[in-house]
Amino acid sequence: MKYILQTKNLVKSFGGVHAIDHLSINIVEGQITGLVGPNGSGKTTLINVLSGFFPHDSGEIIFSGVNRNKILSWENQIYNITRTFQQIRLFEQMTVLDNILVVLTERSPIYSLFERHTQYHLKCAEDILRKIGLHEKLSHRASDLSYGQRKLLEIGRVLAMNAEIILFDEPFAGLFPETVKKIEEIIQNLKQEGKSIVLVEHNMAIIRKLCDHLIVMDAGKLLAEGHPEKVLSEKIVLEAYLGE
Amino acid sequence: MEYIFHIIILISIYGILALAQNLVMGEAGLLAISGAAFYGIGAYVAAIFATKLGLSIITTLFIAPIIAGLIALVIGASFARFRDDYFMLATLGFLMIFNTVTKNWEILTNGSYGIPGIPKPQIFGFIFSTPLSFVFLSLFLLIIVTIVSELIKRSSFGRALNAIREDEDALKIFGYQTSRYKLMIFTIGAALSALGGVLFASYITFIDPNLFTVNESILLWAMIVVGGMGQTRGVLLGALLLIIIPEMLRFVGFPTEVVGLMRQCIYGLLLVFFMLYRPKGILGIYKL
Repeated sequence: MKYILQTKNLVKSFGGVHAIDHLSINIVEGQITGLVGPNGSGKTTLINVLSGFFPHDSGEIIFSGVNRNKILSWENQIYNITRTFQQIRLFEQMTVLDNILVVLTERSPIYSLFERHTQYHLKCAEDILRKIGLHEKLSHRASDLSYGQRKLLEIGRVLAMNAEIILFDEPFAGLFPETVKKIEEIIQNLKQEGKSIVLVEHNMAIIRKLCDHLIVMDAGKLLAEGHPEKVLSEKIVLEAYLGE
Repeated sequence: MEYIFHIIILISIYGILALAQNLVMGEAGLLAISGAAFYGIGAYVAAIFATKLGLSIITTLFIAPIIAGLIALVIGASFARFRDDYFMLATLGFLMIFNTVTKNWEILTNGSYGIPGIPKPQIFGFIFSTPLSFVFLSLFLLIIVTIVSELIKRSSFGRALNAIREDEDALKIFGYQTSRYKLMIFTIGAALSALGGVLFASYITFIDPNLFTVNESILLWAMIVVGGMGQTRGVLLGALLLIIIPEMLRFVGFPTEVVGLMRQCIYGLLLVFFMLYRPKGILGIYKL
């Protein structure tokens, strides 16, 4: 069993509040790892820290065996990691196609100045848009899409990134069953392609269906971890998370 | 007829300046108020190099963008960490420093007296001394800047700038070192603004520090906001309207000194009106 992502004694505080409190977790390569916990338990903060949105205060973050003391967002491509956001963050005034193309094209400012997207880029973008069911909306503005379509477009950008580690922050929240099913299929396909996925989710049926491993957080700490069925039946988890 | 040529030359010069400012503000969403400073740097480089060193204005058309670009690169490196209001304040600070330097570094700039006697451009013995010949030169440079602007907009670089304008933090997640993009477009915008400055200095043949104040930057903002942010034709329309509308006041009987004062009022009113009721401008598709 190979760990693709590990944290050791990770700490992140906001003022006097420990959003992440000496958290040590291991994410296994090629698995879907669920991340659950009550509101305010530090799940999104953990995603933000792992993706370089917030700097961590102390502890270690290890990607594929490489210890990253300081995580910078723009280095995510180098370390093969990407994420979605709990609150959708698209490039609103750009078209659906441009939202995908910007992830597919050159990152160096100098090279990108002389690059125009090619037929290859277009084909990749159209394939991705077909996968997420937005190929007929490619010239629409992102801001004109429905909530569900916006969630799908955010997932489309993740597909375009083709990263090895994908952090999904509540991708199913507020969606119709049909869209939920589509995103479930996308996540399962990503797993079949060998991607390692961290899935923050509150719907336990989805967690049971998709996840190979479950991590439960409470007050920034690790409460329990293991196989989803086993973890979700533990008394400590039921008390903390489900209030039972 | 000369009056019409004069208006066309002004529209071309301000078209160049507005397109340069649009790359920074309209495409990348950077609220830079330093447009007038780089415009002034271009004008002063042309004036100093032509009157003190005897270089031709055509040569300064190449030197001024390089000098303005280098200055932008140096100050932009420290400005790149700022965002939104802070970036605007930092660029305003730079513009104020520029104004102070041009007023007080008398050996170089002649201070408040300005620099007179700036020659007309000359190439292969032909002097652009008539208004008509200057129309062709200014339109030629406007076309060059328009092409450069369009090439940038249509490149992957331009798309990344748009994404920075929309959500810089989200773009970083996809591997973009956005500060480098911001620095680069700030530098390119400064270099293109300097071209407008050279053209202006050699057309008017006299410059002083009062020509490159915050009022000029606000005028450029107004041209972009009125015409349409992020749209080349919108920006050019903005330059056309904001040069022509104040000129029309001359024909409704206002004295020249009143026209000068009313011009600033019109720019300000148009800016406020469009920000309130049509933030995308006349032909624009984006808003700040």
